[in-house]
Amino acid sequence: MPHFAKPAAGSWTEQYPELGTSPVNYEDSIDPAYYEAEREAVFKRTWLNVGRVEQLPKTGSYFTKELAVVDTSLIIVRGRDKEIRAFHNLCRHRGNKLVWNDFPGEEVKGTCRQFTCKYHAWRYGLDGELTFVQQEQEFFDLDKSDYGLKSVRCEVWEGFVFVNLDPNAQPLKEYLGEFAKGLEGYPFHEMTEVFTYKAEIGSNWKLFIDAFAEFYHAPVLHMKQAVKDEADKLFNVGYEALHYEIHSPHSMISSWGGMSPPKDLSIVKPIERVLRSGLFGPWEAPDIEGLDPLPPGLNPGGHRAWGNDSFEFFPNMTLLIWKPGWYLTYHYWPTAVDRHIFEANLYFVPAKTARERLKQELTAVTFKEYALQDGNTLEATQTMLKSRVVTEFPLCDQELLLRHLHKTVADRVKEHTDAAQ
Amino acid sequence: MLPSEFAVLEPFTAWVLETERERYSKRLASSMEEMQAFYDVAFPLLEQASDHLDKFPLDELPEPERNLLLLMFSLVNVSFPVEVWKQARVPDSGAAYMDLVVEPKV
Repeated sequence: MPHFAKPAAGSWTEQYPELGTSPVNYEDSIDPAYYEAEREAVFKRTWLNVGRVEQLPKTGSYFTKELAVVDTSLIIVRGRDKEIRAFHNLCRHRGNKLVWNDFPGEEVKGTCRQFTCKYHAWRYGLDGELTFVQQEQEFFDLDKSDYGLKSVRCEVWEGFVFVNLDPNAQPLKEYLGEFAKGLEGYPFHEMTEVFTYKAEIGSNWKLFIDAFAEFYHAPVLHMKQAVKDEADKLFNVGYEALHYEIHSPHSMISSWGGMSPPKDLSIVKPIERVLRSGLFGPWEAPDIEGLDPLPPGLNPGGHRAWGNDSFEFFPNMTLLIWKPGWYLTYHYWPTAVDRHIFEANLYFVPAKTARERLKQELTAVTFKEYALQDGNTLEATQTMLKSRVVTEFPLCDQELLLRHLHKTVADRVKEHTDAAQ
Repeated sequence: MLPSEFAVLEPFTAWVLETERERYSKRLASSMEEMQAFYDVAFPLLEQASDHLDKFPLDELPEPERNLLLLMFSLVNVSFPVEVWKQARVPDSGAAYMDLVVEPKV
């Protein structure tokens, strides 16, 4: 018997008949040709979240974003008119990378009045216009207005900065759709204290999304993280979500929040009892506006035991909002069919006291303990998928979002391939 | 290095480290006995240290207090080996790593 009610269709998955219930083929995570198709069909024409407005606090603030998956590097910059713009990080003279320090492949950030190329000192304004050419008289009929930086679509939703390499893409808000609308008004702008984790993971990018889009694994893989009796109980109960929803290409999963605070102090570790914090965050919410009531898009099942909602914004952004007033994002940036850069950002309301800061430290450190187990498991999965001993795998009802992700990518790849023929 | 009330922690000031990366590295380089010894002295003082530190604005901690906070960050880090893992490294984490590249300044 399920602990939480399933929809009338009998299961969450069968609410979306287009997804089917049959085993899923994971060739899409090991085939280099498919990866090439994904780059064209998905990453070169979909809105990608590259950061937050707080990273660009004033005129001239900039950061670069390396996007190996689309073979480019971008400069994201706030102009004199306060607008945020994105440009390819490429000097129009002879193609040198414009903004970098010491190591061309490493991302950089800073503040400047203009961008000057290291090679021949061509200069560009914050709006991308070419403003200075060294020995301009040596060139032939060069009109500087023809040689501004190549711009990229850049739009902002609730402080999240997105780019899209497709100039004809639909507007960002329209793309993000129902889920984004339901989250508007959440006090993201108050949660400016950030912990950023990065790791290179030896697996296809979709496998890490798979890992975070289901919690069926949690009582098993992370069993040793809980105290013994609680671990046994969690294992026996298993995991059931409170609610699932799909507004394709995006999806979400809503979960219980029994650990923040726990109903019984004996089920958590000694340091959690003292600091009143843990994986699910500090147990007490910060004193800010906007958390009560929450925006209508949160806790869509209206469940009393609600603890967090995790949104998968297609293709590679997870936005996870926790009941006690903090959130995190994951990004999965492919670098090869079997490699990607994983980035996690934990966002809190800035701590005013050392005790608050210690609570955040415990949450951030605990997050890493879990994520290390997740990351290592993925490498093990990738190597065995590659054996092709088995190619199709059964996914359960709690793995609905995985089924949806792989199908959404496949549909886009097929559509793109068909159009090209 | 530390406020006088916390003099008992002076033998462990090698754990006063600026970044999570340094704290995690020291954890991996330490034996369980070393971490247990640190934990046994520091953990009972965690509540008292929080109370003491809360008398100061977080962004204006005097040097000894700031050291105490950094030391308690290390306690948080070693609490996993001591309370849960019984080893320095996260079990089943193999060669996986996860670097904290941005963390709030104190």
